[in-house]
Amino acid sequence: MASSHQASGIHAGRLAAAEIADNFGDLHPAYDPHEAAVAADRCYFCYDAPCMTACPTSIDIPQFIREIQAGHPASAAKTILDQNILGGMCARVCPTETLCEEACVREAAEGKPVEIGRLQRYATDTVMEKGVHPFSRAASTGKRVAVVGAGPAGLSAAHRLAMLGHDVVIYDAKAKAGGLNEFGIAAYKSTEDFAAREVDWLLKIGGITVEYGKKLGTDLSLEALKGDFDAVFLSIGLAGVNALRAEGEDLSGVRDAVDFIEELRQAEDLTKLPVGRNVVVIGGGMTAVDAAVQSKLLGAENVTIAYRRDRDAMGASRFEQDLAASKGVTLMFNVMPKAIHGNGAAAEIELEYTQVEDGRVRGTGETVRLAAEQVYKAIGQSLQGQPDAVELEGGKIMVDATGRTSVANVWAGGDCASGGEDLTVTAVAEGRDAAMDIHTSLMG
Amino acid sequence: MADLTTEFLGIKSPNPFWLASAPPTDKEYNVRRAFEAGWGGVVWKTLGSEGPPVVNVNGPRYGAIFGADRRLLGLNNIELITDRSLEINLEEITRVKKDYPDRAVIVSIMVPCEEEAWKAILPKVEATGADGIELNFGCPHGMAERGMGAAVGQVPEYIQMVTEWCKKYYSKPVIVKLTPNITDVRFPARAAKAGGGDAVSLINTINSIVSVDLDQMAPEPTVGGKGTHGGYCGPAVKPIAMNMVAEIARCPETHDLPISAIGGVTTWKDAAEFMALGAGNVQVCTAAMTYGFNVVKEMISGLSNWMDEKGYTSTQDFIGMAVPNVTDWQYLDLNFIAKAKINQEDCISCGRCFAACEDTSHQAIEMSADRVFTVKDDECVACNLCVNVCPIEGCITMEEVPAGQIDERTGKVVSGEYANWTTHPNNPSATAAE
Repeated sequence: MASSHQASGIHAGRLAAAEIADNFGDLHPAYDPHEAAVAADRCYFCYDAPCMTACPTSIDIPQFIREIQAGHPASAAKTILDQNILGGMCARVCPTETLCEEACVREAAEGKPVEIGRLQRYATDTVMEKGVHPFSRAASTGKRVAVVGAGPAGLSAAHRLAMLGHDVVIYDAKAKAGGLNEFGIAAYKSTEDFAAREVDWLLKIGGITVEYGKKLGTDLSLEALKGDFDAVFLSIGLAGVNALRAEGEDLSGVRDAVDFIEELRQAEDLTKLPVGRNVVVIGGGMTAVDAAVQSKLLGAENVTIAYRRDRDAMGASRFEQDLAASKGVTLMFNVMPKAIHGNGAAAEIELEYTQVEDGRVRGTGETVRLAAEQVYKAIGQSLQGQPDAVELEGGKIMVDATGRTSVANVWAGGDCASGGEDLTVTAVAEGRDAAMDIHTSLMG
Repeated sequence: MADLTTEFLGIKSPNPFWLASAPPTDKEYNVRRAFEAGWGGVVWKTLGSEGPPVVNVNGPRYGAIFGADRRLLGLNNIELITDRSLEINLEEITRVKKDYPDRAVIVSIMVPCEEEAWKAILPKVEATGADGIELNFGCPHGMAERGMGAAVGQVPEYIQMVTEWCKKYYSKPVIVKLTPNITDVRFPARAAKAGGGDAVSLINTINSIVSVDLDQMAPEPTVGGKGTHGGYCGPAVKPIAMNMVAEIARCPETHDLPISAIGGVTTWKDAAEFMALGAGNVQVCTAAMTYGFNVVKEMISGLSNWMDEKGYTSTQDFIGMAVPNVTDWQYLDLNFIAKAKINQEDCISCGRCFAACEDTSHQAIEMSADRVFTVKDDECVACNLCVNVCPIEGCITMEEVPAGQIDERTGKVVSGEYANWTTHPNNPSATAAE
């Protein structure tokens, strides 16, 4: 029978539609008002709260939780969105277990933090469901700013700039806005087309035009943008994918994890999305986990994450690791790909065990073979298509604390820029802060 | 397991937990369920005169305030006395008492402030075989507008007069239930004693508006767009009740007057505290109304376990033990010096002690860059606020500074000798120390 876990090769429809729908439901279901009240009551309203310090966007967490406690989620949402205009998405995708919730004093006290992420979602959902956009534009400044890339950093910068009275044009290479929120994260973290709904909601501020299908380097040039606008903000993300550098990388069935995730996120019908019986994901970050878990949820029988270092070195948080394990994904540590075997199409992957000596990974010579019709590469992304004029630092566009690049009137933020972790929430903070600096610069 | 058998006014009950006169004791059905659950006694919901019974509102009768997770902390009600006929209540009381001879059955009564009214009802109550009566001089709502309940309880002369009638027309113990809606509870207690009352019970509910519906712009519970003040009870009123109990227990004129304590008793510990302050037993209502009759099981096991731990074999062993330690502020030892101490192992670094001390007290807590909180002994006045706001029980303690050591705040050596305000040099009316 073709439509089952055991069917050989790469097939669509391994699971029934109902099971697929169930699998791709919300990872953390939304609180109802009673659950939110109970969760909010657990907050101690700490002085100089550690959770707030741990938040890259510095949301006043005790304040917004207190507003939920007091029965006013709309005020709570305003407190969140003031600092983080993508607070709705961050509530869904932030690795809270390594940020605010890790810092929560109740984590220290009893190993059970206040569920800040879910409370944030409760507050932001409340206003977004009502279609309320609690910000309005300042009087027009007559200044124009170009934003290149409609991901979290670009959207955050654009919103702040528009709010301050500037006119913004966002250019994006794709046909939809949202960046990784729309294309690059697991579907169960952004259900019911949330990323797109959030963009629509964000654009309600007004003063922002989005032009799709415009790619820097081919359709746009930094020089031209500099001429047409008073300032430019680059938020082009990391478009390149690192190569495996293993024999057999060109076999069919071997592809970039980000492409698979994008295809899955844009798929109209997940029962029509093919998945292998045996899937191996190479890498140790969130992308690796998102690709592996979703392969499993589509019905793959055996899914393995193969990571070249040990568990502690893994980029994905312990929560993400446990999530993968709970869905039936096997986590293999200290193995690296040596070769992919198959006659035109991948059939097996040969992994070599590793040792880490002085921080460097070395093969031990011992190998193991796993069946693999699909091999996903999730070993990191790299900067691609950046303008030649900007100076780089560590493979990213060099910026200062306020996002200024080496080129006058050009700022950058998000994953493409140096400094900070590659997280949605960090990108939002960088976009916001660059916007404030652009504003100061334009109005000064 | 310690024996909880308690004798109050000669009335024996298997434990000191009685249900107060209230909706839980309105009917035979409820009272039988209560006795099956283990309650030591009941005070039957207040009876009125013969004739058409009172009517209650047909909208909400209760309002509440809540703590975390909707834990009910205070309840307010606008319900009146029993709205069932006197005859039916008397028949039920007779049957229940006959079937539960080992439990206390007390009948609460509220009739007009006329001798004839009391003379008429008391023989009928006596005929039920109930163990005693409780005079409802407390209800602050509804009945007070008709000259009964708190309207009587607020006038000591009326209390004495009605109590005298009851002693005249009724042979068994008379308990006078007091209202807290007065300025000094010792006056009505003295009146009850003067009238020959065998005991007082307190507190009845406190006049209150529990919340306001901000859409209807009316107090809650809201009946047809209007609300009225009601009687407040539950855990929130316990501190007020305990003070009133203690005031009567330590007053020279009333210290021998037995007390049945009422007001927010929810666990065994609440009961033990009231009894330590001089109550012979306790009456419970809100806890039962919130959680059902089975709450008495924890009260019984908890009190019994605690008595075992302390080596008490009878409730008499600890009743009133805390009374000698209730004193006036002026007699507190001003030479007793303590300092807060934060146990760093228990501290979770929430900083609430710091916020409380820095913003609202004596700026006696230091916060380091890495969120370590320590007490500045040279500023700490041992106010205890940090202890009270700390979410971790036992993390911050008050440590006595022993005699001979220096109090770093004042720079003076702790004398260890008792000295109070009456002899303090700052007191203009101080008497010289002997």
